[in-house]
This record gives sequence, structure tokens and C-alpha cells, in this order.
Amino acid sequence: MQKSIKPVVFCFCLVPFCYLFYLAGTNNLGPDPGQTLAKESGEWALRFLIATLAITPVQRFTGWRITNRYRRMIGLYSLFYASCHFLVYLLFLLGFRWSALYEEILERPYVTVGFSAFIILVVLGITSPKSMVRKLGKNWKRLHRLVYVSVVLVMVHMTWILRSDFGEALLYGTIVFALLAYRLVRYLAKR
Amino acid sequence: MLIKKPADIKPSEITPESVYRNRRQFMAEAGTTALGAAVAAAVPGMALAQDGDALKARAPANLTRSAPAAWWESKFANIKPAPDSGPYFTGESLTPYEDVTRYNNFYEFGMDKGDPSSNSGQFQVDPWSVEIAGECDRPGTYNLEDILNPHALEERIYRLRCVEAWSMVIPWIGFPLGDLLKRFEPNSRARFVEFQTAVVPETMPGVRSRFAMIDWPYQEGLRIDEAMNELTFMAVGVYGNYLPPQNGAPMRLIVPWKYGFKSIKSIVRINFTEEQPRNTWNDLQANEYGFYANVNPEVHHPRWRQDTERRLPQTLFSRSRIDTTMFNGYGEQVAHLYEGMDLARYY
Repeated sequence: MQKSIKPVVFCFCLVPFCYLFYLAGTNNLGPDPGQTLAKESGEWALRFLIATLAITPVQRFTGWRITNRYRRMIGLYSLFYASCHFLVYLLFLLGFRWSALYEEILERPYVTVGFSAFIILVVLGITSPKSMVRKLGKNWKRLHRLVYVSVVLVMVHMTWILRSDFGEALLYGTIVFALLAYRLVRYLAKR
Repeated sequence: MLIKKPADIKPSEITPESVYRNRRQFMAEAGTTALGAAVAAAVPGMALAQDGDALKARAPANLTRSAPAAWWESKFANIKPAPDSGPYFTGESLTPYEDVTRYNNFYEFGMDKGDPSSNSGQFQVDPWSVEIAGECDRPGTYNLEDILNPHALEERIYRLRCVEAWSMVIPWIGFPLGDLLKRFEPNSRARFVEFQTAVVPETMPGVRSRFAMIDWPYQEGLRIDEAMNELTFMAVGVYGNYLPPQNGAPMRLIVPWKYGFKSIKSIVRINFTEEQPRNTWNDLQANEYGFYANVNPEVHHPRWRQDTERRLPQTLFSRSRIDTTMFNGYGEQVAHLYEGMDLARYY
């Protein structure tokens, strides 16, 4: 039974993508569709990253074991939306001017930070198949702790773009803080 | 380094009395003409409404807005359309009405671009009064009707360049700010003009937000010579029609050679000052937003480049990034205001 709901979860995670795709196709993203897509895809990448990080504590507190099976998939979805975010930025905001990308990464700290978070997710994605887990052995776990660095970088990236209202960043920041604090507390308790 | 100080404008230059008197006379005559037009419009076959047609042609066909109060209708009865050339006109394609009115930064009504149009429905623009204060001979609180009364409305098609690197082309309805300011007879100490936006928490959800970093009321300022420049415009309408609240109803500033945040909306206070007034975005992030905020492709915002802009509306594959021009293309009219100033320092 558990096996059978995996495709459902898979499709469920694709809903935001399909919805944005639909809005783009029907020209319903407003006068600045590139900007809207960039914002939405970036926010979904963060949401999936938070969901990935929430799985362990949720499992711990509720005793649900099934969630663990989907952690990799949800993590990969975060990478998927982050890739969309990067491509939208490159394609629609920079108009594929590679020189501009280079300049932006070097000169705009929020781009530097966001790009670093993206690179981490790419590395984690590449090393996510079971064969890689086996190959890397003990180092796999160490490597994948970089996800904590990544989520912090994403928060910095998001906060840096803010102009005048920090309500949204505060909401995400509180959740991220709680998820990281949970790890820290457990880590300290173990020692 | 040479830094130009605000031009010392003698009171006589700001308010040449003869001009002022002539203007009153002219306005009286204009009033008669307007009456004539109204009579003509009421008589079938006599309509002189060609001018009005030019305005209407720009507005979407299904546009209907009711006047905030009856007197607005007569105010809007006879508007001079933008000329076909010169600084008050651009042949670039207009940003459609739906985009002009649904893609706004007006943080009093919310953070997202769509918030101002969704959240401003309850905002009351009638009755409206404006407080005139500071270094002038005629301070006081005036009804909007009295503020607008002597000014004939005209249309101007201006580029609007946002500091966020998007831009629009918009047909505004209004009158030169200088004509308004002169009526209050600013004195020799009036070196700057400060403006404030209304703060109405009941109808402005953004003002109620606990997470807003802005210290309301929103405030902006201009040097007096900038305020008196022929380009500086006080708008009360857009696309031949009354301003919707999200665009700064009932009266907002348009300073086309500066980033959009200088063009303050829903003005309730005009204050003549001797010292440079504070402006909201400068208060919030001084290294990112200056007092001058002149459109300048060579001085980048710390978080993004300013040498190109996205002209709205965009489609996903239009990639219509265009080059940003110095003073948003209005250098001929305003460059002299900043002669000798280091614009990288006074951004």
C-alpha cells in the first residue's frame, strides 16, 4: 500500500509546477511574468527544502515512519524547483547573457549566496542515488549535512532581496530556525 | 569638488506678481472657455470634443469609473491632450491600462505588486484636503477642490522608471507642480519641498502590518528648482480618467527623470523647508536609495544593475530588456539642475 501512494506524492509535488506552467501558457502571470516566475519557483524550492528538513522531526514526534521514504524525493523536488528558479532567472531575467550572469554572481552578494545554495543542492542531488550512498559510505552523511548550510544561505538570499516588509522572511526564518535548533539540541544531547 | 547648492531662487522669481495676476486673469478666461465647451458639448452637433476623443482613444473601451465627487466630472470635462512631440510626449507604446493599474508599488496597501489594486477598494478620496506648511506666505489646509480649481488639466505621456529596473509608459492627467507651488508664495528660505502620503490604517492594510519596515507616513522631497521644473507634474488622472487609489488617488507627484519612488502618491501635505527633507527610502536604506534618485545607468543599486530595464508589459520570450538612459531620457530638460554635482555621490 505504501508503494502505491508514491506516485501520488510525486504528482502532488508537481502541482505548483503545472499551475505555474499553466499560468505562463495562458499569459496570466501579470505584466512582468519573468519576475513572477522567479519569485514563485524560488519560494517553492524553499518550501520543499523546509519539508525535507521537517521529515525527521515530524517522524520523531508523530511516530509516522512512512514519511522517511519520501525524504529523498522531496529533497530532489527542492532541487527541481531551485533549478527552475535558476533557469527562469537566467532565461527570462538575464535574457541568457552569460556575461551578465558572471557579473551578477561576482557583484551581487544575494546572487552569490543564492547560487552557492543552488550548487550545494546540485551536489546533494547528484549524490542522492542509492549507489552513491553506498559508494560514499560514512562520508555521505557528512556531505549531506551541507543541506543545513544550504537552507541558511537560502534564507540569507531571501532576506537580502527584501525591500520593506519582513513578514514572509520572518515566517520562513522561524520555521528554519526551529528545524535547525532541533538538530542542534539533539546533537548536544548525544554528546 | 564642486557641489552645486540648491539654486538661490529669489521670491520674486518664484512668484512674479505680474505673472501671477496675469495667470488669474488667464484662468478666469479659461473658465469661460470651459463653460463654452460645456455648453457646446450639451448641444448636439456642436460638440468640440475632439480633444476628449484623443484621450478616450487611449483608454480601454470598457473603462468606466465613477467620479469620486460630482465636481471631478467638470474638472475632467476639458483636458488638453498631450502634444505629438516634445518632452511631454513619447511615441513609445503605452503600457496598457490594466498593467498600469494592477502592477504597483504602494506599500500602504501591501507588499506584492498586485496588492494595491486588490486592497485599495475601501480607500476614500473624497473629501480630501491638503495641508500646506512651512516657508511660504499662504500656509493652511485647503480642500482638494480649491487646490485644483485654478489649474486646467492637461495630458502628458511620460516614461516611468522604477528603481527595481522595470519601466512603463503612462499617459497622466494633471498640471505642472510649479504652478501649484507658486500659488502658496514660497519665501526665500524655501529651498526644498517635502511631501507626505496619507496614512489611514483602517483602509490601508500595509500600514497595519507589524512587519513593515517603513516608518509611516511615506515621505518624499525635491529641491525647489526640481519642483519648479517644467517636467514636474501633479497628476490627478491616468488614461483620461480619474486616478484609481492604487495609482495614488486623488493626487500624486510625477517626476519622470527620477526613480518611481520619488513620485509620491496620495499627497496630504506639502511643506516648504530650508533643510533637505528626509525621504522614506533613504531612511530605510541610505546606501541604496539617495535623496536625488535620478535615473542613472552608471550608478548601480548595490543589489542590482541599473543600466538596463524591463519595459512592461513583458511576455516570457520577448526579452525586451532595453538600455536605461541618463535622466530617463529627460536630460535636455533637467541635466542643468545637476551641473557640477558628483552624481555617483549624490545618487
